[in-house]
Amino acid sequence: MDKIKFATVWLAGCSGCHMSFLDLDEWLIDLAAAVDVVFSPVGCDLKTYPDGVDVCLVEGAIANQENLELIYDVRRKTKLLISFGDCAVTANVPAMRNMLGSSSAVLKRAYLELGDVTPQLPDEPGIVPELLDRVVPVHEVVPVDIFMPGCPPSADRIRATLEPLLKGEMPVMEGRSMIKFG
Amino acid sequence: MSVKTLTIDGTAIAIEEGATILQAAKEAGVPIPTLCHLEGVSDVGACRLCLVEVKGINKLLPACVTEVAEGMDIQTNTEKLQTYRRMTVELLFAEGNHVCSVCVANNNCELQDVAVQVGMDHSRFTYRFPDRGVDISHKQFGIDHNRCILCTRCVRVCDEVEGAHVWDVAQRGAACYIVSGLNQPWGEVDACTSCGKCVDACPTGAIFRKGDTTAEKIGDRAKLEFLVTAREQQKWTR
Ligand code: SF4
Ligand code: SF4
Ligand code: SF4
Ligand code: FES
Repeated sequence: MDKIKFATVWLAGCSGCHMSFLDLDEWLIDLAAAVDVVFSPVGCDLKTYPDGVDVCLVEGAIANQENLELIYDVRRKTKLLISFGDCAVTANVPAMRNMLGSSSAVLKRAYLELGDVTPQLPDEPGIVPELLDRVVPVHEVVPVDIFMPGCPPSADRIRATLEPLLKGEMPVMEGRSMIKFG
Repeated sequence: MSVKTLTIDGTAIAIEEGATILQAAKEAGVPIPTLCHLEGVSDVGACRLCLVEVKGINKLLPACVTEVAEGMDIQTNTEKLQTYRRMTVELLFAEGNHVCSVCVANNNCELQDVAVQVGMDHSRFTYRFPDRGVDISHKQFGIDHNRCILCTRCVRVCDEVEGAHVWDVAQRGAACYIVSGLNQPWGEVDACTSCGKCVDACPTGAIFRKGDTTAEKIGDRAKLEFLVTAREQQKWTR
């Protein structure tokens, strides 16, 4: 049997979910034996998301143009997409800026009103991705197959989600240990 | 007092007239999820989490405010009820701004608990991200309206147990919010005795003690029930 093609992506999140993934410690060795890591900020050097991915953990909300393009690409090329952590599932902390309204109000607040040295708006088209007006959870943009809440989900929760998948079974996302937010 | 006999999820039970379905279920050991219900104060049927099905009645009834009747045949956990309960909880999350990871009540929140209970792993409803206020004008406490689910437990405990009636509900529909005094900053309401009962009554992180930070609000819900039985039955120890 071919190895499972495994990916992780990092959108608008703090990387905490990926840090928690690394907390899997020695189980990572078992995981590495069962999967091919084909794309991941913590496990692979590729810059373009490859075709034919079996399982992808998506950390972070959709907050800018780059997140949006990447998530469409990921969805197109992935069999099983997992919303990984509260930012992906609820938009969480990154979405607290939604209360300010549009992206221009947010940029003005962050870079002009609160900028103490040379306040100026960031403007590098093609280099700095544009903010979306609203930060949204992943499933508001593309269909999601498994939701793994938590900020971050504990290593135990991540393992309990991935382990059944390695055996071709779906994990049971139920009970406090699997779905409590925060 | 006369006694009514009824069945809950197939179990026969007898309970005195005037009891609610929720009380009967509790006696029968059948768990029904609740949010706006609080032992020690009156019930208002605000959250709709305790809905049950009663044979012969073609609408769902809130168990906390429906009195038992002779021969009632009650179901508490049908697929239909599970669907509605989960939907209710999803709507509560989508309605306000619940950022559990930075909330004072994280790990001690009844809204989080029912979310787990009803199996909510995400909300299918579009988040509203409303811009609701935070009032920290009170010396000891604060209220973050973003986390308020309008259960009115604070309103009832302040009125019925403390007798101060600081809180009320203003506006209608999605614009509803909890007001202190005559819609004044909480710190300016003379009627408030700073007893803190609303802090313990609040099921979420909406009302909190100043100085409590993420996950530090530990509610003492049983205190309110204790106070009420202490007064009514002169039992002053727990
Ligand atoms: S869910 Fe929490 S840990 Fe994960 S990216 Fe978001 S803020 Fe960081
Ligand atoms: S009140 Fe409860 S559900 Fe809302 S953010 Fe706080 S912990 Fe989460
Ligand atoms: S402040 Fe708390 S107790 Fe009062 S209505 Fe809101 S959630 Fe309920
Ligand atoms: S507990 Fe019955 S409606 Fe809230």
